[in-house]
Amino acid sequence: MRKAGYLPGLTYGSATQIFLLAAIIALPFADLSLSAVHPGAEFRRLLAGILAPSFSAIELRSVVWTVAFAVLGVVVGGSAGLVLALFFDRSRLVRLTAAFLRSVHELFWALFLMQITGLSPATGILAIALPYAGIFAKVFAEIFEEADKSAESVLPHRTAAVSRFAFARFPVVAQQLKTYTLYRLECAMRSTLVLGFVGLPTIGFHLESYFKEGHYAQATALLACFYVLIGTRRLWARPWTVPVLAIASLFVLPEATGNGSTWNNTVRFFGHDIVPAPLRSHSLWHGETWAAFGSWVWRITVQQIGPGTVETLILAQIALVAAGALALLLYPIVSRRFLGQVGHYLGRVMLVVVRSTPEYMLAYLLLQLMGPSMLPAIIALSLHNGAIVGYLLGRQADQLALRVDAPNGANLYFYQTTPTLYGQFLAYMLYRWELILRESAIFGILGLKTLGYYVDAAISELRIDTATLLLVGVAVLSMSVDACSRHLRRRLRIEAFPVRLSAHHGAQSARSSGAYTGAAHAQQPVA
Amino acid sequence: MAAAITLDKVTAGYQDVPVLHDITLSISPGERVAVIGRSGAGKSTLLNTIYRRYPEHTALIPQASALVANLSVFHNVFMGCLDRHSTLYNLRTLVAPPAAEVAAVTRVLEAVGLAEKLFAKAGNLSGGQQQRTSVARAMLNGRPIVLGDEPVSALDRVQGGDVLRVLSERHETKIFAMHDIRLALEHSDRIVLLEAGRIVLDEPSNHLSYERLLPHFEGELQ
Repeated sequence: MRKAGYLPGLTYGSATQIFLLAAIIALPFADLSLSAVHPGAEFRRLLAGILAPSFSAIELRSVVWTVAFAVLGVVVGGSAGLVLALFFDRSRLVRLTAAFLRSVHELFWALFLMQITGLSPATGILAIALPYAGIFAKVFAEIFEEADKSAESVLPHRTAAVSRFAFARFPVVAQQLKTYTLYRLECAMRSTLVLGFVGLPTIGFHLESYFKEGHYAQATALLACFYVLIGTRRLWARPWTVPVLAIASLFVLPEATGNGSTWNNTVRFFGHDIVPAPLRSHSLWHGETWAAFGSWVWRITVQQIGPGTVETLILAQIALVAAGALALLLYPIVSRRFLGQVGHYLGRVMLVVVRSTPEYMLAYLLLQLMGPSMLPAIIALSLHNGAIVGYLLGRQADQLALRVDAPNGANLYFYQTTPTLYGQFLAYMLYRWELILRESAIFGILGLKTLGYYVDAAISELRIDTATLLLVGVAVLSMSVDACSRHLRRRLRIEAFPVRLSAHHGAQSARSSGAYTGAAHAQQPVA
Repeated sequence: MAAAITLDKVTAGYQDVPVLHDITLSISPGERVAVIGRSGAGKSTLLNTIYRRYPEHTALIPQASALVANLSVFHNVFMGCLDRHSTLYNLRTLVAPPAAEVAAVTRVLEAVGLAEKLFAKAGNLSGGQQQRTSVARAMLNGRPIVLGDEPVSALDRVQGGDVLRVLSERHETKIFAMHDIRLALEHSDRIVLLEAGRIVLDEPSNHLSYERLLPHFEGELQ
């Protein structure tokens, strides 16, 4: 309201219209063709495979490696993130580093790391640990920020920082850090699956080849095995098992497959590959070297970053609106308020399936079935994100306090729950915007002309300098969208609404771990 | 004798909203002062102001016990002396408490009648037990001035009196914020009465009586 005097007020309605308009403008530029010759036949083969999974296809080693990469990635990323989180509010450099780390997708990190560490365990672990460190840093910093500081404030004067942290800060939030880290382990499982698609020997590696060859019975078995792993996460990933798993993982990791010495690769990578071509072996004192560099940057910006950004935004904006529409359609179906106990169970099943299915894999499969166009990518993105937001909204709808004589059915939907939840819906979607954008960029690896396409092409032609500049473009785009999303959430005054899936699950433990509430043990969040 | 605490025309508050106006107060070492007044009169603000001005010499017992719920009573009390040991020793004590520290903490817990809860989780204690843990922490801290913000509000009058007595033995100068007039008269040498952020009465306790103070608490249950 403060700004109402000189800025047109932004309402839920006008914010929605802006996004709708952006998607409508983008629509004519999107290739929505269905180019597969026999999509129907391929779908039938997929269905047949799903109905008769071939469990003998499961290779135990790849399952073990999937868990090992995920555990080590989270342990390394979580430790680094915790250290970064301690300096998050004091250092702009730390905040920028964390923002950069998490704005680059783990698949991009993997493609880059392969230039140094080859197809080795280090590539897999770091590809997860680097972006996750950035995410952990931000979330941990928020947890510390919101923690009860009353015990800390009465510590004796001149208590050293480490003791201060160990006694009065860490124990207050330990439960929340634990819940979030274990949740992240599940995300890391999905990430390792996707890393298999670019060559790491995880379940995803085999999935990719089965999908490519149309062996859907085998693929279904592998995927079922992965769902079981995710579904039983609470049984095998507990605070005391994680250190055991981490140490065991170190022993079972696959051997690195030869790509020369890591040291030589590192020297070559930073000393030569990553240095922009016009600057290599030319004097940095000459004006023409820098002129050449300038035209190099300009050429890549105009020919690759520009078109890639436009294509990425086209995909992201359409997918965002489609996901939002799907979420609004879905939430009554998974809400107890509308469908009773049936809705509750539907919601559970939907959440498990959607959470365990990475968008990248879904897009890969749909591209296979429908042929190359933007349509499969839009469907994959909107299914995944729409279902997650739909689930979260459904739960919120269940918690609304309605009056006894509240209407039901369509009247309840249009007059009561949807208007009440709309701010929360926008908060979820604005948060998902950045995730959808990051994912849209990545889909370029699958052949769409988004930014990932140019990154992938540059790396396969070993033009690492070009790929690096493109990656900076990806990071800038994703950080801008993030900043824009936060600005809009502030303008709409919905910045305090929960947005993370993990926040939904961690809410209970967060409430009961206050410093002097006298509450008993924090409850284990529900599955 | 030099004053232990001197406030000269101090105005204080939260976020630009003044709660205390023009407070001038001098407290000598060894004094036992009760700060009384209705809720919202500024008692906590006065204690916190003193705490911030004399961090080297004061131990604070905050109104909400301010314990770390996930740590044991032992660790919460031990926090009172974190500044006296090396970081390494503190970390070691977090994992495996040395016998000497256990003995020292047990002694202060015995004084407040909570020794049997030594290794109970602070989050599982009752309100009164949490308050006694907070008192024990200040006692282990041992700084000469203790600032107790309603330090016995969750205890009955007998228990409360006992706790105030051991606190008084331990610390040289005592400043307690209280709303129980009788307890305040019984356990102080001097009464400072706050009203709407100003000191309206400052007299030795033995010049005052319950009946004389009661009108200042009109409308509040005594």
